[in-house]
Amino acid sequence: MTRLTFVVRRLLLTIPVLWVMTLFVFMILRLIPGDPVRTMLGFRATPENVAVARHQLGLDEPLWRQYVGWLGGLLHGDLGNDLISHAPLSELMSQRLPVTLELTVLSMLLAIVIGVTLGAWAAVGSRRVRSLTDGAVVLGVSIPDFWLGIMLVLLFAATLGWLPPSGYVPFSDDPAGNLRYMVLPVATLAGAEAAYILRTTRGAMESVLQRPSMTYLRAKGIGPFRMVAGHGLRNAAPTVVTVIGIQFGVLLGGAIVVETLFGLPGVGRLIVTSINQRNYPAVQAGVLAVATLFVLVSLAVDLVVAWLDPRVADGVGT
Amino acid sequence: MSVTGLPDVVAVAARPPARRARTSLMIGLVLLGILVLVAILAPVLAPHDPDAVDPNRVLAAPDGSYLLGADDFGRDVLSRTIFALRVSLLVAVSSVVVATLVAVPLGLVAGYFGGWVDTLVSRPLDMILVLPALLLALSLITILGPGSTVAALAIAVIYLPILARVMRASTLVTSQQDYVLAARARGSGHVATMVRHVLPNSIGPVAVQGSVLTGFALQLEAALSFLGLGTQPPTPSLGGMLADGRDVLSLAPWLEIVPGVAIALAVLSFLLIGDGLRRTLDPDGVAS
Repeated sequence: MTRLTFVVRRLLLTIPVLWVMTLFVFMILRLIPGDPVRTMLGFRATPENVAVARHQLGLDEPLWRQYVGWLGGLLHGDLGNDLISHAPLSELMSQRLPVTLELTVLSMLLAIVIGVTLGAWAAVGSRRVRSLTDGAVVLGVSIPDFWLGIMLVLLFAATLGWLPPSGYVPFSDDPAGNLRYMVLPVATLAGAEAAYILRTTRGAMESVLQRPSMTYLRAKGIGPFRMVAGHGLRNAAPTVVTVIGIQFGVLLGGAIVVETLFGLPGVGRLIVTSINQRNYPAVQAGVLAVATLFVLVSLAVDLVVAWLDPRVADGVGT
Repeated sequence: MSVTGLPDVVAVAARPPARRARTSLMIGLVLLGILVLVAILAPVLAPHDPDAVDPNRVLAAPDGSYLLGADDFGRDVLSRTIFALRVSLLVAVSSVVVATLVAVPLGLVAGYFGGWVDTLVSRPLDMILVLPALLLALSLITILGPGSTVAALAIAVIYLPILARVMRASTLVTSQQDYVLAARARGSGHVATMVRHVLPNSIGPVAVQGSVLTGFALQLEAALSFLGLGTQPPTPSLGGMLADGRDVLSLAPWLEIVPGVAIALAVLSFLLIGDGLRRTLDPDGVAS
């Protein structure tokens, strides 16, 4: 299989995945037991109100026509309207998605820097370094991310007063203020991710360093730093990137909780408040936005891995 | 340590894995045993009624009578944590047990027969993995409404495809073993072969994955309850306690520290058990 065929095949594979997702999100509203419109509007709504709302949501049509209409709107960027503010949901998403993106991308970058550095160090470090990183991994994985966040607030906001406990300003309004608000949420979300990346990097690095090619490099007299940073990381990268891709899904889930904890106006917080308000169209739009992000990141990761390790694209495997 | 540290790596790799496996497993089992005992004996061990409101003790600091302090209603934090642990463990364990009970037969059949049976079983399960775990849980809660039963069900649905995949991968290896072929040659039927020979020899990696997932299920339940979508008040839950105490964080930090430590310890016990089991039951790493 050539490189191009691999890329095209992988791109085409994304279409059924996205389609299944739309089907799933579409069904959320239809699977709610009883009458979702009545549940949304409350029991004081008049039958006329219910009928109007049902018509607006297209719920009075046959299921297949509802889906086709909804999917058609989606393809034109129409996500429907928010039940409470009546604003178009596509507009709401364009305000909220950047917040979630900033949070998740910064967290992932921080987690990669910490995880890869410590992981590479642990792979060649002394027994004490290994036990220390072992402990860090166990702690990072066992502690729920939102609890880590609460403890960070307790220390850096409530006790030391260095950072705001919650809140948000857009980056375009006040870049420094935006980053100040982002420090704790990003550190919270990055904690557990760094632990996973550390563990993976260490494992991948250990197996790479045992390859004959590495023994050869060592015999050639290459220093330990160049050995690990130059050759080792390059060879461990495909494994690490694959795990980073899988972990991005976990990170997006964590972002939902962290946004709620720190009062960040992202998509995750929108989903949670909308579930409580029974604002189902907003839940659907939010789930769709986050899930699409996840699918696109998985796609990007697969392409990066194939680029890092051409054997993947050639179908040889590692 | 040498220049590259390689000899150390080799030394660690060469260390007998059995000892470390036993240590992990023992610590994990003892820790979990204590937690389960505390959960079961909650009515006996809790020093106070977890729901008893005492207006005179609102946000009281830890002292001789309220060992871990009181919350914003004057309720005893220790007693509430003990009862909350009960709910959390129950949700986590039952969700993984339900997921395993469904996943094992599916994975077994898919891995044993392969071909179109595999496609028929595996493709629909793969679809579940299209959504990130918490997002899937929130979608199910949107449909079915919040509550600890729905949370357990949602977690079971999330873990079903993961456990089925592990069982399938493990079965694929086992089905090719000589003793399975020998059983077939001796005239053993498909069902008998699967149940008697393939199942017992493929279940190890599922046990490993199952115990690790129980730890994560506990975290998921806590996250959902923290968001107000899992266990509903007045039933005490570890996540719910964390959500309640957030507003008085600087006044009464014990409200946030105690439930968090309880979650971390419970998760840790399952991860240690998983780690110990992995080294003994799944040396080839099928579960990961």
